[in-house]
Amino acid sequence: MNGSSGRLVVGLAVILAVAWGPSPAASVRAAPASSITVFAAASLTEAFTVLGKVFEERVPLRVAFNFAGSQQLALQIEQGAQVDVFASADQRWMKYLQQRGLTLGTPREFARNRLVIIIPRSNPGKITQLQDLARPGLKFVIEADAVPAGRYIREALAKLSRAPGYGPDFAQRVLKNVVSEEDNVKAVVAKVQLGEADAGAVYRTDVTQAVADKIASIDIPDPYNVIASYPIAIVKGGNTGGVQFAAMILSRLGQQVLWGYNFLPAVQR
Amino acid sequence: MPNRVPRRVGVATVFAVVAGAAFLGFLVLPMLGLLIRIPPGELLARLKNPLIVQALRLSVVTSLASAVAVFVLGLPLAYLLAMRAFPGKRLLEVLIDLPMVLPPTVAGVGLLLAFGRAGLAGRAAAAVGITIPFTTLAVVLAQMFVAGPFLINSARAGFEEVDPAYLRAAATLRASPGYAFFRVVLPMSLPSLIGGAAMTWARALGEFGATITFAGNLPGRTQTMPLAVYEALQSDLDAAIALSVILLVVSFSLLLALRSARITRPRVG
Repeated sequence: MNGSSGRLVVGLAVILAVAWGPSPAASVRAAPASSITVFAAASLTEAFTVLGKVFEERVPLRVAFNFAGSQQLALQIEQGAQVDVFASADQRWMKYLQQRGLTLGTPREFARNRLVIIIPRSNPGKITQLQDLARPGLKFVIEADAVPAGRYIREALAKLSRAPGYGPDFAQRVLKNVVSEEDNVKAVVAKVQLGEADAGAVYRTDVTQAVADKIASIDIPDPYNVIASYPIAIVKGGNTGGVQFAAMILSRLGQQVLWGYNFLPAVQR
Repeated sequence: MPNRVPRRVGVATVFAVVAGAAFLGFLVLPMLGLLIRIPPGELLARLKNPLIVQALRLSVVTSLASAVAVFVLGLPLAYLLAMRAFPGKRLLEVLIDLPMVLPPTVAGVGLLLAFGRAGLAGRAAAAVGITIPFTTLAVVLAQMFVAGPFLINSARAGFEEVDPAYLRAAATLRASPGYAFFRVVLPMSLPSLIGGAAMTWARALGEFGATITFAGNLPGRTQTMPLAVYEALQSDLDAAIALSVILLVVSFSLLLALRSARITRPRVG
């Protein structure tokens, strides 16, 4: 072994020490258990932020939120994110974690939601009814297929294609107008709010007071709409504070706050 | 042989090697992690997927287009900054650096507010029927915005290194300023220009935030490799890693080719 390979060994030893020395997981657990971490679907941002404040007033725990697309949150949890509570915008990603043994107990539905079509108040696409979405050249923004809302809007469009007055190729024509597939509902709201898209598909709850002066909404009739079911669960390794938080979401108080943000009541099972 | 000098050098050398190797390991390990996770056969199989080929082609085409555009448009500005003193120069330099510190998604919003159809300059374009957001052009503009400063700064440093004596000599020989630029300044600063162009191109290739905000995410039109990786990340981790490795391999080959061109370029006589 010559000198340079000796130095190489020293170098490699350092790299290994850096890479595998102090476990990052250990340092996370060393943090005081005076807080809980909640991963929640982007569409829950406003309601859960308020509920987090309510929770902090009643329980001596701080709540840290991570709001993003449910699919992204589920993958982060799968990759070992330290989370106490997961609130998903659909059953699919909750089941995904359940199947991998990453949830504790049975997830429970705590809210439901429905899709609406949003348009900028200036209405550059001159949209007055759902049929207008199929007009060629319109700029329609939806969510990617992996995002719950993205799956729902595709389902809803397929249902509308079978409805009288839309035509069997309605979904196909509307999807041809899609100019972007965003990774969460809030990104769709932003593009419509800025007037860059003629229309977007989001949850009814995304038309919040903060954006109501910039966007208008068009309802999708119930028979053709897709009702999103929101389940909540404790994540494996989560602490008891998470149980308390989930209990509050399911309590009358939590439900009333959610209704105030236009969520539909959960079907209690 | 004097004793103390080699010993001091020895400590410094050991430190340099250890620190250098540690840092190199820090830079290389994440990429190694990506590489060893996916068997090469699977990579080749993925390259048969038309969606991936489409994203890869779009990435290569747009990043090269933006690198060329930045090169052509950025050189005059870099030359001006290197050769002339004028009031407000400091301010201009800071302005040019700003896109580098701006979070890319914010850059994307800025681009929408400027070149969106309701934006400052975009409104005029929209009046004549040109809308930029959600187009491949928007992808190129987003890349130009975030990558431009790299070229300007690097080219400027190169121009500044050219000894003014050569320019004076050229002027004495009755060379026009244009002739002097192309025959004296350009060849002498070529390494910096190529280095800057490579950095610009690499940054453009990796661009994500400004692109998804300004150009949206649509396969075939605006979905570049980083966007495809991000979308895959939300549903299929292995697909995302495979895509990243493909992007890494392509970037590695192109950057290596540029570096080699730099070394083997003919000496300026």
